[in-house]
Amino acid sequence: MEYFLQQLINGLTLGSIYGLIAIGYTMVYGIIGMINFAHGDVFMVGSVVSFIVILGLGITGGSGSFMIILALALVVIIAMLIASVYNWTIERVAYRPLRGSFRLAPLISAIGMSIVLQEFVRIAQEGRPKPIQAVITGKHELLHRLTEGGEFIVTISNMQILIIISTLALMAIFTMIIQRTSLGRAQRACEQDQKMASLLGIDVDRTISITFILGAALAAFAGMMFFLYYNVTDFFIGFLAGIKAFTAAVLGGIGSIPGAMLGGMVIGLIEVMWSAYFSVEYKDVAAFTVLVIVLIFMPQGLLGKPEVEKV
Amino acid sequence: MSDILLQGAGVETFYGKIQALRGIDFEVHKGEITTVIGANGAGKSTLMMTICGTPRARAGSIVFDGVEISKMPTHEIVHLGIAQSPEGRRIFPRMTVFENLQMGATVDKLQHFDEDLVKVFKLFPRLEERRAQRAGTLSGGEQQMLAIGRALMARPRLLLLDEPSLGLAPIIVKLIFAAIKKLNEEEGLTVLLVEQNAFHALRLAHRAYVMVNGKITITGTGAELLNRPEVRAAYLEGGH
Repeated sequence: MEYFLQQLINGLTLGSIYGLIAIGYTMVYGIIGMINFAHGDVFMVGSVVSFIVILGLGITGGSGSFMIILALALVVIIAMLIASVYNWTIERVAYRPLRGSFRLAPLISAIGMSIVLQEFVRIAQEGRPKPIQAVITGKHELLHRLTEGGEFIVTISNMQILIIISTLALMAIFTMIIQRTSLGRAQRACEQDQKMASLLGIDVDRTISITFILGAALAAFAGMMFFLYYNVTDFFIGFLAGIKAFTAAVLGGIGSIPGAMLGGMVIGLIEVMWSAYFSVEYKDVAAFTVLVIVLIFMPQGLLGKPEVEKV
Repeated sequence: MSDILLQGAGVETFYGKIQALRGIDFEVHKGEITTVIGANGAGKSTLMMTICGTPRARAGSIVFDGVEISKMPTHEIVHLGIAQSPEGRRIFPRMTVFENLQMGATVDKLQHFDEDLVKVFKLFPRLEERRAQRAGTLSGGEQQMLAIGRALMARPRLLLLDEPSLGLAPIIVKLIFAAIKKLNEEEGLTVLLVEQNAFHALRLAHRAYVMVNGKITITGTGAELLNRPEVRAAYLEGGH
């Protein structure tokens, strides 16, 4: 039971990160019907930018906690901005000219962009992993129990608290934007019928650009958290994290934002639980197996759109 | 003579290599209902969409209130004051009725939203009953009311209505045409109406065009066209 609780905390932490990335996949799919395979690498860019800025500012675990919070706020803003510029540019140069082309064209272009980003970062920042000393340290004991195997302590670290709480807050804000603001309405309108949206005065191109920017900002946030959680990043982290987040988006029902959040949590939990109870080596196999099973029995995903529309 | 609000000259539109409009000249006058009738596939809906710039006209000019709009992007054209209730209604099925109407007010930036909402609900009380319902679950007639209501939320100077009677029960058709007439008479709204239901459209219209194969073939007032034998034969008496 204690062991399970511990894994639950670990799984939710990882799932938060996947969920944040997954939103970007699902939003872009929703609005232009393509999978932005470079999205995982935008997450990576956010992570590497965080590394550069943290190093540049000289933030360490020894700095005062107020300073750390202030500095990390600055870091995340810079990371979000830069990742947004990247994703915005990718859409402008690699996807928009291919809109209206055959469906595979932007997909191929996206894979190309993914490689471009990876190689660019590898060359510009060198391929070595980039470690730092933990910036946010400290943990809390939740449960302390003696069992026959010895004592078992369930802990939650400050970093985990930060990741889970900030993810939930960000998702809440984001849901508000989509559900309640005119920007969110415009986005949903473009998702359902771009031509009609333009007939009502919506600038569809601009709305698509904003979608890429929002997705990138969330991914960059996840990138920074990923970096601070593992205290290391490199040019290749976007690949696997991206595919997992994409899996999460499909699992939750591609196109559905709550689905992406839920799918992220589920994938994170599966991965962690499988590692904890079965084998670490097969954790990715487990995650993708679940995807296959869901696709066979629930092709629309967990929260996919129900098709109950009259024409 | 009233002022010309919208004027097209030599308008040509293509879908790929297929020419859908073959040099169309037309005028829509302020405060009038202008109708375009014609058979399925004559190019009526293409004309409506071309006015809104999607697809764009390949040749000719379209002038709205003194502004050449044929080269402008769609969202800029509609910001000049043209709203369309398009063929097939195209309501946003996964949004509520209320949200659809909010979308309609995009051009107005929601400035007169509450006021206009009251007007639309007064015109179509059914929409008020269903305001929180997802639009995709509405009946065909209700969806048509929503499409027109949504267009009105933009406070247009020109309302484009594409086949508002299509697929609706006669009683609903009557209701919709009564609403159009009311908008024109009481609010002075200028309307361009495309219809297959020629009888209703011509009775309502001040000015009418008959379209065949991407061309305007007959022009006149609504009453004139109603009495033209060739129009009666082709469009009012079952096509024989």
